Order: sequence, then structure tokens, then C-alpha cells
Amino acid sequence: MEYILIIISALLINNVVLVQTIGICPFLGVSNKVDTALGMAGAVTFVIVLATMVTYLIQIYILDKLGLAFMQTITFILVIAALVQMIEIILKKISQPLYQALGIYLPLITTNCAVLGVAILVIKKNYNLIEGVVYGASTALGFGLALIILAGIREQLELADIPKGMKGVPTSLVIAGILALAFMGFTGIV
Amino acid sequence: MNQLQNFTKGFFKENPILVLVLGTCPTLATTTSSLNGMGMGIATTFVLIGSNVVISLLSNVIPDKVRIPAFVVIIASFVTIVDLVMQAYVPALYETLGIFIPLIVVNCIVLGRAEAFASKNSILSSFIDGLGMGLGYTMALGIIGAFREIVGSGTIFGHKFIQGDGILVFILAPGAFWALGYLIALINRIKEPK
Repeated sequence: MEYILIIISALLINNVVLVQTIGICPFLGVSNKVDTALGMAGAVTFVIVLATMVTYLIQIYILDKLGLAFMQTITFILVIAALVQMIEIILKKISQPLYQALGIYLPLITTNCAVLGVAILVIKKNYNLIEGVVYGASTALGFGLALIILAGIREQLELADIPKGMKGVPTSLVIAGILALAFMGFTGIV
Repeated sequence: MNQLQNFTKGFFKENPILVLVLGTCPTLATTTSSLNGMGMGIATTFVLIGSNVVISLLSNVIPDKVRIPAFVVIIASFVTIVDLVMQAYVPALYETLGIFIPLIVVNCIVLGRAEAFASKNSILSSFIDGLGMGLGYTMALGIIGAFREIVGSGTIFGHKFIQGDGILVFILAPGAFWALGYLIALINRIKEPK
């Protein structure tokens, strides 16, 4: 039951992109086609789940033990950057099709604030390892959900006659605003 | 390029948010009021200046292959300094900005300036570039924050001047998306009319 609450809260009520506004750069950047949005969503989910596990263990067994909690930001970003590199190399060796699908998005993920954001929030919220992983996975799915919805709408809008100044980023932002308004409807379910 | 141009480019021609559209996450999340937005802007400015100066100093020492991780460590050190200083001296603002202080590390503007400018230019130019870009960022955050504060709660810098409750949605996430979207559209229109 506890886990279901975490999932609904992270996926819908506190949707990472539309409510907490974390991870906007890839949200605006790779949302012009549904296919690329799916690839990005898959890569982000993969990295967030792994990064949450690794950073959690480092925080509990190294930083807290040695009283180095103030080194959190530096350690986490380095671990995430190294992890992303490692995932890229491993994927290239063991699964060529998966590498083809996710490969180009992986380097972009290091600077996705959602990854570092989730890693820090898991520590702030005092989750245990399983809760942290569930929270990370559902946050990533929430990111994917928002990304795919926006990509779907932008594909439909490709032929629309939009004023020149509104083309591109401004239109995406206005659509995202309307989506965020829709997601506000979930407030108070839990 | 002379130093004056170097300083002023961050305000309009290459404004980090309004023209380059970098660093949007803190822009949307922290501009619930003008003061919060500017607080975030000043914190980012400090990190930008510090990382620009140090990276420009060390650019000959850092091997090319590991430059990105090295830049990230330098930036993260300055973010940790800001984090600790704000926690000590402005605890209220620190609480409001919350998770977005450590997230300055992954703000694309900081790494972008390090890579595109500081690693290739002198210390003085890098300092001025960081200052100009940071203040341009602060200015944009202040404008968006002021707009959302006036429409959303009828106050400016915390002083109430419109009676009534204001339009709550502008304080929440949807208002942030709309305010930034239409502001960028306005800048596009000014840059190239029709």
C-alpha cells in the first residue's frame, strides 16, 4: 500500500516535469517526435533507477559513516557522470540493439537535473532503499509520460499555422502549461 | 571583442534564458516571487563567476579528454560553497529554493560558459563574461518573478498593492510555463518583427 502511494504521488500528483519543473531541458529538447521521446524516456528510467541505488548506498555507507554529508553534491554528480559513461560502454558490448535505441540519449542524461534531483530527494525524504528505487522508477515514468504526451501534441501541431515568434520553444512551453493545469487536477487524490 | 560588449551581451543579445533558453528548470521553479527569482539568480551568478575564473586559470593544466568531469567538479565545489553559505545566512530563502540550490550543478548555463568561453579566454574576460551572463540571468528571473508575483498574488517585492487574492494559477507551475513561453515569444517578436 505504501508503495502504491509513492507511485501515484511521484507519477501523477507531483509529476517531476509538470508540477516540480525539474528536467525541463530534455523535455523541450527531444519532444518533437514520439519515437525519440520513447527512447529518451527509456534511457532516463534506466539511469535514474541505477543512479538512485548507487547514490543511496554511497550516502549511507560512505558519506554518513565518515561525516562527509556536505560533499553530497560533488560526490553525486561525479557518480552519476561515471555511471552514465559505464552504462554506455556496457550496453555497447552486451546489447547492440539496446545501444542503438538508447545510445545517443545517454550522454545528454548527465546534465538532466531529474537524475541528480531524484538522488538528492530520496536522501531528503528519508526513504529506505526499496522505497527509493520505487520512487525513482515512478518519477522516471512520470517524466516519460509527460514527454510522450507533449511529443504527441507537437507532432499534431507540425502543420498548424503558428505565428513566427511563437514557433518552437514558446509553443511547447504554453502546451506544457496547459498540461500542468490538467495535472493539477490530481492534487488531493492521496 | 571589447570588455564592455563582453559584459552587456548577457543582458539581451545572448541572454541565457530568453535567447539561448538554457537553465530553464530553476527559472520555472523559483520565480514564484521576484525576490526568490533574484536570490536564485545571484546564487547562480556567484557560481558562474567562480567557476569561470578557476576554469580559465586551469585551462592549460586540465587534459582535454577529462575536461568535462574536471569542470563539473569545479562547479560542484562552488555550488557546495553557495549551499553552505545560504544555509547559514539566509535560511528562509534557502528553505524556499530547496532542491534547486544543489541543482545549480546541472544548470546548463554554467557548464555551457565553462566550455564555450572560460576554457578559451583570459581570466579577466572570463570574470566579466561570468558577471554579465549571471546578471542577465538574474534580470530575466527577476522580470518573470515580478510578473508572476503581481498577477498571482497582487504584491511586488512582498508589498501588497492590488486588493484581493490574485490568480493563484500563476504562482503554480502552469503560470511559470506560460510566463516564460510568452516572454520568449515577445523577445522573438522584438528581434525579428514579422
